[in-house]
Amino acid sequence: MLSFPVTGQVIDTVKAVPDSELVVVAPVTSLIAADHKYDDGKMIDLSWVPSIDDRLVEGNVMGYKVYRIEGDSEPETIAELAPGSNAYNDQSVERGKLYSYFVSALSSNAETPSIRTAPIQPQREWLNIELINVLIMALVLGGAVIYFIETARRGKKLFVRKIAGLEAVDDAIGRATEMGRPILFIPGILDMDDVQTLAALTILGRITRVIADYDTKIFMPVSRSLVMTAGRETIKASYQAAGRPDAYSDDMVTYITDEQFGYVAAVDGIMVRERPATVFLLGAFFAESLILAETGNSVGAIQIAGTARPAQLPFFIAACDFTLIGEELFAASAYLSGEPKQMGSLKGQDVGKAIAMAAILIGVLTATIGEAWNVEWIQHITTGLRDIFSTR
Amino acid sequence: MGFWDVFGIWLASALTIGIISFLYRDNIFYKACEAIFIGTSAGYWFIILYWDNLYRKFWTQATDPTNPEWYVPWFGFVLGVLILTRLFNKIGWLSRWPLAFIVGAVAGLYMMIYFVSNAMVQVSSTIMPVFTGSWVDIIANTTVVLGTFCGLVYFFFSKAHTGVFGGAARVGIWFLMITFGASFGYTVMSRMSLMIGRIDFLFGTWLGMIR
Repeated sequence: MLSFPVTGQVIDTVKAVPDSELVVVAPVTSLIAADHKYDDGKMIDLSWVPSIDDRLVEGNVMGYKVYRIEGDSEPETIAELAPGSNAYNDQSVERGKLYSYFVSALSSNAETPSIRTAPIQPQREWLNIELINVLIMALVLGGAVIYFIETARRGKKLFVRKIAGLEAVDDAIGRATEMGRPILFIPGILDMDDVQTLAALTILGRITRVIADYDTKIFMPVSRSLVMTAGRETIKASYQAAGRPDAYSDDMVTYITDEQFGYVAAVDGIMVRERPATVFLLGAFFAESLILAETGNSVGAIQIAGTARPAQLPFFIAACDFTLIGEELFAASAYLSGEPKQMGSLKGQDVGKAIAMAAILIGVLTATIGEAWNVEWIQHITTGLRDIFSTR
Repeated sequence: MGFWDVFGIWLASALTIGIISFLYRDNIFYKACEAIFIGTSAGYWFIILYWDNLYRKFWTQATDPTNPEWYVPWFGFVLGVLILTRLFNKIGWLSRWPLAFIVGAVAGLYMMIYFVSNAMVQVSSTIMPVFTGSWVDIIANTTVVLGTFCGLVYFFFSKAHTGVFGGAARVGIWFLMITFGASFGYTVMSRMSLMIGRIDFLFGTWLGMIR
């Protein structure tokens, strides 16, 4: 371990080599440590002028070692770089701590440290100017959402195309009511920090608003405690909105276990014992998707599934009656409720898709023409379009 | 092999057969295995969550005098306590606050993550020349561009799927179905390997018929 070496003080790295045989190389110069711009205070940029002995042909420099000193502690090696290197980005620093650095030029049997930088503290910036295009796009989409919400609030009817799986929701509830059998609602196996679970609970609100009127039984086994709490709140609110708070029971939502297949074993058991007429599988699913969908199918339930996980969609398509594919799951709540806020959000997202489609169409055309005929100004358009959507 | 090793193998075999017996019909053995599985896993997760969340993420950080952000875990702790107010009718409404916080924070955080990764990067990567390079490049690039564009058309909700637009949407859903088909086959094969693992355990480790 080096202990605060003096600049140019040669250190024998092989040991037991006579001083006369040490290959001494010149140190790096102009070493600068600067806070990395536009980050959350977790990076420091180092730059230097390589050793004058670092030449591409017959150079004596074998590489560089970057040392970091945190506060008053001993130096630690944080990187070993190839000859010719003149910069390093330290991504392992913490906000609020002081760091200084030095870089050693390595020869075959010795290293020559540079001068030590002044202590520096990584800083956090609130705005990343390099991603200003993302902000502008987000503002455009946000503006579109607000515009459509206001449009819907003024009473203008917003068109949304038919989504087959959602058209079947009311029929599925009606079937369970007529058969006098319960509805089983499975909100996936992830917690409230997943948007699919949120989408599932929004649809649950709409479904329970209808079944509260029909007095149909619903059962919702969950694998996360927070989803249980949120599910109970959702159903309770629906029953209150329907004017039937007395019909609500906490037993409608039950926590099983966080363990994936323990949960599946329980839900499979519930399916064959309760024989629900309708099963909703909406949310984030993993390997359990086919097991659940097949068991639901075997008990003769009408099944409506929806997830944004591409790997599980094939199983739902194969084993369920209706499947909401990806984005359709998120569009469902707006589609079912027709509320101005949700409809405005859906239409605003469509503006984003229209922009994306236009950009792809123009970008692909210009990229193809620009490359085939080598037209410079068309190539500039392609580069500009890529930059607009680039996040570096 | 010691007694407890043999006992473990026999227990695991019995539980495996008990769970597989569900393929025939619901029965007492399956119910027993189900109850054991749920009970042990619920207990296991309780311990994991206690040590991982309450102890490691909350207690050690909230009480660490060298942690400059020691107060942040306490914010989470207060939200956690508010969830428990559900147990008391009069102040039960307070339990909605942490839920509202989680839903709002998740929506805000994921909005930008999904917007950047699912929209911006996707569009930027799809802008490519389609009729240049080798035949393989032409086919590959055309497939990517056509699939992405038609997929977007399918998920465009503001226009009915009729005429040319409907045709493009149909192409989009074909792309999706072909992708799902490939994914289905791939995943089924991985499940087969899981099943082979259990069969190997039953007939190899347990019965010793496979060596």
